[in-house]
Amino acid sequence: MHVKMVVGRYAPDRKLDGELGAPYPPPYADKPRKTYQTFEIDLHDEAMVLDGLIHIREHVDESLVVRCSCRCAICGSCAMWINGHAKLACTTKMKDVIENGAVRVEAPPSMMPVRDLVWDMGPFMEKMRSVKPWLEGKPVSPDEEYRVPNEAMDELVQEVSCISCGACLMDCESYAVNDKFLGPHALARAYRYANDPRDSMQQERLKEYSDPNGVWDCTHCYECVHVCPKGVAPLEQILKIRQMSVAAGYTNNAGTRHALAFAESVRDSGRLNELTLMPKSLGLFNIKAQLQSLPSAFNLLRAGKLPPIIHHKIPGVTRVKAIFKKVGGPLT
Amino acid sequence: MKVAFWPGCVSKGACPELYVSTHKVAEALGIELHELTEAPCTGAGVLSEQNPALADSLNGLTLAMAEKLGADLMTICSTCQGVLSNHNYQLTHKPERMERANAVLSEQGYTYKGTTKVKHLLWILVEDIGLDKIRSLVKRKLTGLKIAPFYGCYILRPEEYLGLREKPERKNYLEQIISIIGGEPVEYHGKSKCCGFPMVTMNRDKALMMGGNHIMEAKSKGADLLVTPCPLCHLNLDAQQPDAARVMKQTIDVPIFHLPQLLGLAFGFSPEELRLDHHVVPTTKALEKVELKV
Ligand code: SF4
Ligand code: SF4
Ligand code: SF4
Ligand code: SF4
Ligand code: FES
Repeated sequence: MHVKMVVGRYAPDRKLDGELGAPYPPPYADKPRKTYQTFEIDLHDEAMVLDGLIHIREHVDESLVVRCSCRCAICGSCAMWINGHAKLACTTKMKDVIENGAVRVEAPPSMMPVRDLVWDMGPFMEKMRSVKPWLEGKPVSPDEEYRVPNEAMDELVQEVSCISCGACLMDCESYAVNDKFLGPHALARAYRYANDPRDSMQQERLKEYSDPNGVWDCTHCYECVHVCPKGVAPLEQILKIRQMSVAAGYTNNAGTRHALAFAESVRDSGRLNELTLMPKSLGLFNIKAQLQSLPSAFNLLRAGKLPPIIHHKIPGVTRVKAIFKKVGGPLT
Repeated sequence: MKVAFWPGCVSKGACPELYVSTHKVAEALGIELHELTEAPCTGAGVLSEQNPALADSLNGLTLAMAEKLGADLMTICSTCQGVLSNHNYQLTHKPERMERANAVLSEQGYTYKGTTKVKHLLWILVEDIGLDKIRSLVKRKLTGLKIAPFYGCYILRPEEYLGLREKPERKNYLEQIISIIGGEPVEYHGKSKCCGFPMVTMNRDKALMMGGNHIMEAKSKGADLLVTPCPLCHLNLDAQQPDAARVMKQTIDVPIFHLPQLLGLAFGFSPEELRLDHHVVPTTKALEKVELKV
């Protein structure tokens, strides 16, 4: 197989030939731009993207820096952007990603560049540490091992497959605009400990994870589910924390108010009431936030787009009410 | 073809231009719309995350209504598509969830057998109507317009619920349609990213930046307009655009079209018929490029 590998290179101390890339977005806007170099190489048909990079390093340009170790999706070293999406280079088949004879690889713009394909894992690890990924509190029975029922572990094993590769964080939409967001990997791990029967700090955890930059700052975009090479589905773990924290009464935040106002609207009219959703989500007494949301309402009004002032119920609303009554739980 | 039509709340609320233009385009294409007027809101994922049993039942009801009609269920909102696809997948793959939902539905006189196919208008256009038929209806080629597709999350992810593993080409239908009506599709990274809508009440400025960044990227690649199959994306990208511009301290000024509005233009409808004069960001400059006025 003949392939053109377009490699994004980053080496501020060297002059590189090639095509200059776009400027880094914040917070790395002060970093020099990447240079894209094209390597034409021949590989066997089943080669992985990482095989291509190692081939370049061994046979074409030994200065290319790439991070890898296990080459079988265990160590989590080789996550990078392949054609603009996060993937492990060691398990991505070249032939699956070639577009018009070429494949583009680079470190993602959301991570601090170190050199060529290597990006700084520091912030990623820092987020992981900040959710206290260990069992907290005093052991429940100090004299013997703690026996955990199998069923209690069923829910947690999905997260345990995480290899800390960083793919989810590098494509996370919320992280792209807010580097304080705890992020998919850390929150998935947070769930793993918050729901472990041996942990005695569940309440504190739930409170902390529902604070700003926690579970409610996730925009629900499914990118992390899509790119995770190990099936961890971080968003699904985040949603479980949201459920747990609402049930535990940590409801004084816009995320929960939004969820409850939405549910109320559907229960009472069968559909979404756009007029009351925003004010209720922001909190009726949160005057500052209410004022901030006003310009959009004016924009809608001016364009003749404001939702009908009298919110109509759908004709089938009695059916909807009955369903809520039956399975709506606390929302009935 | 006959479809069970689920317009979603937004096309009947803040985006009436989507509802109107869908009807125009459907008529031109011979899609017979049987609107499910008694179906409830999908819950937009919010209900699914707080109470899966409730969301299974509400969406199961809509799916059962379409099944009774004997037609595919057509959506015009990426979010509705995502939520209905998700619950259809859960109900048809997990017998215990189907049983639980049907226990609730049977009291309302419905049972869901699991045969309904949920399809966004975008998929129906390419898979059922066909590009040839669309081409034959084009009366006004949109030559010279650079059009950036904006898909939104829930029509692309998660892939297994949306049938994208079997039909990966669904990720390119907007480009195919843009080309067939004479426009030039703009390629940019943000086309498959999130517009920020779900976060707008939680973290307003960041959510606005999210959408604003994608529009600015498309603009930097020459886009005259963005087209989206999702009215929630539309709200965040059009209605909130002046606010996004303020937060980002930049001029944005790129109009956002609903998919049926764009198609309707190519089919020869006037901008007023498609309510292109009811947008927050004026569509004037883009329309002038194809010698149209509002
Ligand atoms: S779903 Fe949430 S955590 Fe996952 S990538 Fe999107 S914003 Fe990030
Ligand atoms: S959750 Fe998945 S993508 Fe994220 S770090 Fe763990 S293995 Fe990688
Ligand atoms: S997802 Fe949106 S448009 Fe669809 S039903 Fe719900 S609120 Fe309405
Ligand atoms: S892009 Fe925005 S509105 Fe559209 S599906 Fe994603 S979150 Fe929803
Ligand atoms: S080299 Fe270890 S995960 Fe790719």
